[in-house]
Amino acid sequence: MKEFKFTVTDPVGIHARPAGLLVKEVKAHASAITIATEAGKSADAKKLLALMGLGIKQGDTVTVTVDGADEEEAAAAIEKFMKDNL
Amino acid sequence: MQVATGISILNGIGIGKIRIYKTPEYKINESLVEDAIPELTRFENARLKVQAQQQVLYEKAVVEAGEDSAAIFQFHADMLDDDDLLDAVKTIIVDQKHTADYAAKHGFDNVATMFSEMDDPYFQARSADVIDVGNAVVEALLGIDTSSLQGTEPSILVAEDLAPSETVKLDKSLMLGMITREGSSNSHTAILARSMNLPALIQCKDIADDWDGKMAILDGYNSCVYIDPTPDLLESLTAKRNEDLKKEALLQELKGKTNTTIDGKTIHVYANIGGPADIGSVQQNDAEGVGLFRSEFVYLNSKEDPSEEQQFQAYKRVLETLAPKLIIIRTCDIGADKTIDYMNLDKEENPALGFRAVRICLTRKDFFKRQLRALLRASAYGNLGIMFPMIISKWEVRECKEILAECRRELENEGVKVSDNIQIGIMVETPAAVLCADELAEEVDFFSLGTNDLTQYTCAIDRQNAKLERFADTHHPAVLKAIQMTIDAGHRHNTWVGICGELGADLSLTETFLRMGVDELSVNAKSVLPLRKQIRSIDLSK
Repeated sequence: MKEFKFTVTDPVGIHARPAGLLVKEVKAHASAITIATEAGKSADAKKLLALMGLGIKQGDTVTVTVDGADEEEAAAAIEKFMKDNL
Repeated sequence: MQVATGISILNGIGIGKIRIYKTPEYKINESLVEDAIPELTRFENARLKVQAQQQVLYEKAVVEAGEDSAAIFQFHADMLDDDDLLDAVKTIIVDQKHTADYAAKHGFDNVATMFSEMDDPYFQARSADVIDVGNAVVEALLGIDTSSLQGTEPSILVAEDLAPSETVKLDKSLMLGMITREGSSNSHTAILARSMNLPALIQCKDIADDWDGKMAILDGYNSCVYIDPTPDLLESLTAKRNEDLKKEALLQELKGKTNTTIDGKTIHVYANIGGPADIGSVQQNDAEGVGLFRSEFVYLNSKEDPSEEQQFQAYKRVLETLAPKLIIIRTCDIGADKTIDYMNLDKEENPALGFRAVRICLTRKDFFKRQLRALLRASAYGNLGIMFPMIISKWEVRECKEILAECRRELENEGVKVSDNIQIGIMVETPAAVLCADELAEEVDFFSLGTNDLTQYTCAIDRQNAKLERFADTHHPAVLKAIQMTIDAGHRHNTWVGICGELGADLSLTETFLRMGVDELSVNAKSVLPLRKQIRSIDLSK
């Protein structure tokens, strides 16, 4: 299992368009990927509405957990995606 | 005649009959069904149909309103792939034995409620998107065709509110205008209307059903609509509209064309903007780039000193959206004449000659570095130029460049990507800069003449003072001479020279500037196409 923390810099948080792109990125990997907030809520990152339901805003730090056969490369790809888009 | 007011989205006039646009009220079948399989199939077919529709709307919106506005339809399509939502609907069908339409209605409504109960206004507003998609699915299930609602005659549409997908679905060739009772100027519908160049009035509270079929004039200039207008008014506003249309048509023909004179000299025409909100106008008016992005908005719109991050996001958005166009961002140009509480600037006797612009930046280095770091970070997302204002001496330019280099080293050590291709320039807006233009040109890639301040400082005339009108001459020979000197000095050192002040848009001077050898004119977005027209009519060989 791989885990990393990420602080959102996008002014409106994880909003519609990047959330959609993030789901697509996540779905490209076989590993189970979960995003958890500091408040303790978490969502399967393959699910768009659940992810948006976390209401992640600018400045929030989330913990991303990646678990599965391709976790190494999946975690790296997703961290890069988040840095570039969120 | 009745007059109703609202908030105008676009300066334009629409004249025609009113058509009340009402989404039909449909009845959801609440009876239970024995066999879930056909209902599941119905739902799946409707889902795929709506998803395909949203894709079509996305493509339509990209063309009519641009990528940014269109992205919402991509989100709509993605929503229809969401497992939680689909499972919720399927559960209502299988476990509660309801019809597909009942299940879709309730399944989407539940998600909409989740969004509407969130704290953040952005996420709250997404509930309208969920309802929009939910309605599309229900309409597909019930075979309701909303395309007939618009009628077949061109008309001014009047509605309670329009969902983004409704706005884009509408046949534009039949739209003379749009009036809604609800909506905010930031709603997707308003943004779409603006980018579709459609006269529109929102928050018009006096909308009435009996307007249907009546003659009306939507006057976007005066934010109102006249129902059953008097013949005089009809005549005068028709004339104004025809004039608008004629101008517009002429200018539209110029889109995509170069700014080339009859004898083949091409220059650049860029737009001046004040913030990310102006991105749309740059695209609509086909500006080749941004010659002056006034960064003051980040300081003026903020209660406290804006963070590096806040600035970075604003710059990135403009650079990224307009890439690969060149975007020249002018560093902080505030001074004692613009009061910003958190800056704690002293009151001055003579603010125009005071502690302002680069003078503040070079004194408060940390403040300056925040902006430079934000600019450098944003540079990785597009084609950036950085411009320093109020320069009078070579050492100022050198010091600005040193601080910029220091920020670059810091960022590179932090592993942050910074573009290697950033043009550096200065505003030439003081007589001192004109007289030292040769030395200054050695330091920079470009000059941009700020003709407003240059005129004020050259002629010692305050433009705001009405008593001086007789003495003020915007075409003063000294100013024109200063412009010529600056262009010549720039060209001696391979530094390109543009004009970003108001004179740049003065069509009576376009030929003069071209003959002087100017390389670029940066004007407000609305003047880009008229200026292009002017350039294309000039023959310098004569």
